Amino acid sequence: MYHAIVFLPLIGALIAGLFGRLIGARVSEYVTTSCLAFACLIAWGAFFIVTGEGGHAERVQVAQWFSAGDLNVDWAFKIDTLTCVMLVVVTTVSTLVHLYSVGYMEEDPHRPRFFAYLSLFTFAMLMLVTADNLVQMFFGWEGVGLASYLLIGFWYEKPSANAAAMKAFIVNRVGDFGFSLGIFLVFVLTGSVSFDAIFAKAPELKDAAFHFLGYDWNALTLACLLLFMGAMGKSAQFLLHTWLPDAMEGPTPVSALIHAATMVTAGVFMVARLSPLFELAPVALSVVTIIGGITAFFAATIGLVQNDIKRVIAYSTCSQLGYMFVGLGVGAYATGVFHLFTHAFFKALLFLGAGSVIHAMHHEQDMRNMGNLRRYIPFTTAMMTIGTLALIGFPYTAGYYSKDAIIEAAYMSDRPGHVLAFLATVIAAFMTSFYSWRLFFLTFEGPARWGAAAHHDAHPAVAHATHADGKPGHTEGAAHDEHGSNVEPAHKSDVVPDHAGDHGHGHDHTPHESPLVMTIPLAVLAFGALFAGVIFKDRFIGEGMDAFWGHSLAHGPDNHIMHQIHEAPGWVSASPFIMLVLGFVLAFWMYIRRPELPHILAEQQPSLYRFLLNKWYFDELYDRIFVRPAKNFGLFLWKEGDGRIIDGMGPDGISARVVDVTRGVVRLQTGYVYHYAFVMLVGVAGLITWYMLTGAAGGMH
Amino acid sequence: MLGLGILSGLLIVPLCGAAFILTLGDETEAVKRNARWAALITTIVTFLLSLAAWARFDIASPSFQLVETHSWLAETIKFKLGVDGFSMPLILLTTFLMPFCIGASWRSIDVRVKEYFVAFLVLETTMIGVFQALDLVLFYLFFEAGLIPMFLIIGIWGGKRRIYASFKFFLYTLLGSVLMLLAIMAMYWEAGTTDIPTLLTHRFPVEMQTWLWLAFFASFAVKMPMWPVHTWLPDAHVEAPTAGSVILAGILLKMGGYGFIRISLPMLPDASAYFANFVFALSVVAIIFTSLTAMMQTDIKKLIAYSSVAHMGFVTLGLFTLNEQGIQGALFLMISHGIVSGALFLCVGVVYDRMHTREISAYGGLVKRMPLYAAAMMVFTMANVGLPGTSGFVGEFLAMMGAFKANPMVAFFSVFGIILSAGYALWLYARVIYGKLEKPNLQGILDLDLREKIIIAPLVALTIWYGVHPAPILDTFAPSTEALMVNMKTALSNTQAAERAVAGKAEVAAR
Repeated sequence: MYHAIVFLPLIGALIAGLFGRLIGARVSEYVTTSCLAFACLIAWGAFFIVTGEGGHAERVQVAQWFSAGDLNVDWAFKIDTLTCVMLVVVTTVSTLVHLYSVGYMEEDPHRPRFFAYLSLFTFAMLMLVTADNLVQMFFGWEGVGLASYLLIGFWYEKPSANAAAMKAFIVNRVGDFGFSLGIFLVFVLTGSVSFDAIFAKAPELKDAAFHFLGYDWNALTLACLLLFMGAMGKSAQFLLHTWLPDAMEGPTPVSALIHAATMVTAGVFMVARLSPLFELAPVALSVVTIIGGITAFFAATIGLVQNDIKRVIAYSTCSQLGYMFVGLGVGAYATGVFHLFTHAFFKALLFLGAGSVIHAMHHEQDMRNMGNLRRYIPFTTAMMTIGTLALIGFPYTAGYYSKDAIIEAAYMSDRPGHVLAFLATVIAAFMTSFYSWRLFFLTFEGPARWGAAAHHDAHPAVAHATHADGKPGHTEGAAHDEHGSNVEPAHKSDVVPDHAGDHGHGHDHTPHESPLVMTIPLAVLAFGALFAGVIFKDRFIGEGMDAFWGHSLAHGPDNHIMHQIHEAPGWVSASPFIMLVLGFVLAFWMYIRRPELPHILAEQQPSLYRFLLNKWYFDELYDRIFVRPAKNFGLFLWKEGDGRIIDGMGPDGISARVVDVTRGVVRLQTGYVYHYAFVMLVGVAGLITWYMLTGAAGGMH
Repeated sequence: MLGLGILSGLLIVPLCGAAFILTLGDETEAVKRNARWAALITTIVTFLLSLAAWARFDIASPSFQLVETHSWLAETIKFKLGVDGFSMPLILLTTFLMPFCIGASWRSIDVRVKEYFVAFLVLETTMIGVFQALDLVLFYLFFEAGLIPMFLIIGIWGGKRRIYASFKFFLYTLLGSVLMLLAIMAMYWEAGTTDIPTLLTHRFPVEMQTWLWLAFFASFAVKMPMWPVHTWLPDAHVEAPTAGSVILAGILLKMGGYGFIRISLPMLPDASAYFANFVFALSVVAIIFTSLTAMMQTDIKKLIAYSSVAHMGFVTLGLFTLNEQGIQGALFLMISHGIVSGALFLCVGVVYDRMHTREISAYGGLVKRMPLYAAAMMVFTMANVGLPGTSGFVGEFLAMMGAFKANPMVAFFSVFGIILSAGYALWLYARVIYGKLEKPNLQGILDLDLREKIIIAPLVALTIWYGVHPAPILDTFAPSTEALMVNMKTALSNTQAAERAVAGKAEVAAR
């Protein structure tokens, strides 16, 4: 059964990838989508069996991978509640995204390749979440990284897409740097890489020390911190987040699947999976809390001012991942995973809704060129409303339950750093509400800023973009790159027809609602965004919690946070709602009532505005301190190190000296007999002198 | 049959093929075609023969198998052949890669075709000889003899600066060899034999080990190549014809690693333990420095050559960790790198045959016209990066894990390699394969033809297969590695005991 869940997507990927040209795009779509749909059905079955009455965790051996000495690595599935939750999330969202892509990618000539990548991604993600050991997890981890790389760079003719794909892979590798070292350390400490063996051995190691880089560390703390570095890379946490916004260069369904609902939550999954280890390393958990809090806050600040509809949602994802890590960090693992679960629905909904908007606008992504779309795409508008409500945590939607639980847990915790996390998450809740409604108002309300009539209207609400020195006007599609170096606000892109030759028709058309194949997935996700919280609340974080999770999440003997949540003071529980209302009011005031305000504000605080618009200048900073020095150093090593020093002193130098000496010798060979006779005489004299001296010395003994 | 076993057969078959090609007449089209087919058939027969040897090989045993001894120079210097778990996979790799090299030279070599294939077949004999020799003098002979055909291949059929490159290659490797010859003679005077199985059980005095180790190191380090004696490799690769590069990266570089595992580690265990940190330092420098250098290259082949140096850094790192994970990882990486880097050079050859340039900037957007090529290249690029699921991962991962066990600090620095390798490999891919197909002379470029498909497809399959199921190779290495570990451990503890005894005596004497 579990084999089918994991390998059906792989089969789909292979068929579409290898025979896509043979069987045609339409068949490839059907094959991959139906493979996924089957896997999804089975996954839901597995979910209810494992978490239901009499369900139990099990281990399914598939094959041996490799062994060396005492290291043994298997291909095996670890099936427990945590895995099943992830299976359900991954296969559900993936199926819906496959279905949606049938409509969204209709005009693309490379559909078999696209669907092969999507299914390949799903396979790798399933390998990750079913992993029974750290190395298989690393396999899935890198596999999703590869799929993400391929999909971000799907429109390979676009230089920005290629750069973004590379950036995503390399930044993730920085995280993997820590992940690998973490695996090695865990192996050295416990003698195994399999989860069950590690968890069994871990309690003995609570106070073990490990000498590394000149310090004596607590061994488990060090291991957890190294592993968490991997999680930070994959889940785009503060410092390693820079790749996620750029990943929006990929097609929108990809953003929904990989960069919102599934792959980026792998880090959260990893920490939850390793909870028995983290539970023994309180310092590491504090670090998780603090990083999560900082990310939740910092990403939200950037989200406030972005103009690209997808980037706003991307920063929102980054921020919500921060929430999840706060939940994990304070020891309330269930809340973190619950937020992962609900977030998957509403964030996928938001992205696919945004995709529907972009589709309607003929691949326009800049919100400054939208407005008043409510009239033209009412269904999408309704879906986006639901997504927005769930994201900001409106009471009784999915996000309400999970997000509030995290905020309460952050307040009730006694872990160092929890105050920061609490404040950060509450303030971020306000900003979340603000930027979500800003997105909503700019896109669906207000005057229309698209089409010929609106072309050069200076709309106050968007005029502040004049000051943008960031990158305005991101559009999606192969031929649409880099025409945005203008500083004009809300400039309508004069699109050249791309390789498919069919995007160019449209800017005079009115926006149109998406086809059924795209709207059905939206409706399903909207259902999840509305009701996933109510339905699953009791099992994930409520009364039925212990029975539901079984042993898949660890709680140490002193960890009662899940019970303390219910004792949170009233003002703490109410604070997210207050923030939500404040955010809404402010957004309404700034973008509906007084649309000139944002412009004035941006003018008054130019440096702050620019700081946020340019994403805290992280890209520039990293370029300055990492990328350029590495390139310069590489060039130095090549030209100076290898060229001048090694070759200069080595082969080239020696051969040059040999040539010099030979030249000298040639000059000596003059051809005159008396020259030679003279040299011989000198030589003989020298020899005689030498023998006399040494002989005399010998005689003295 | 003349008392010759299957291993002798492996040496003789390529020579017979070479002799046959030599008998062909003047260089006409027919003769060229015959020479090509003769070479191809010879290498395939050799490969099949090596498979037969493989079938007779018992992978559970750590001892030398299929041994044959023939009298040769003297009573003590014999023509002795045999294989064990270390050498068998390398022999298979050699015979496996040869037909691909012949195939890759099918069209691109059009002058002195006969001589070219003769050189290749002689080269094959010497390479197989190195891995089979069970006598140090024989080992040395094959080790050095391989230089000559390679020298000729680069010097005659190479690129513009082929003379410079071939001399640099020759000088570097010869300089190392001189010292190795001295060391072999010293060993003979000390132990009275050059028989490798006997020498493996001989205990050399600790001080002598140091000098012997350094002498062998000079030779093997150049062959690997290790930093800072690596600069011959990029030049040699750039100038060599495609098949020459494949053999250079695939097999010749592995001789250094094989030398370490066959001679340095087991015969000179004390010195190996003593110099381990020195090797670590050079390996880490190689991994980081050459990866950075690779990033800045403008020539595709040079970039891959530098990446080879970085990967060989992982091999030396793993070998000297002196634990199972490290050594098996290093050995696996040698095999995997043989396949992957060979395949990468074949891929470069594909576009070089079409455009006659290796400049990265001359390409771009190839995926549009060459989707199959792009897919194959992606697989090899990912294997080069060490993505799990490709063969490149297993070796690198085990080597680093072994390093972490031996010395966490070293592992810490070596892991930077996985970030940097992603940097240079993906950047190369993005510049060559992705992007817009704008250059006018690329507009008509064709995707892989049938011959190229046949050459590249098996390599793609193996790269993925050994990534998912590396057991066939790892299990072959395992018994020999275990035996080596046991021997080394006893040797090292004996030395320590002896030192302690000496120290104890000195203490007693001091009292």
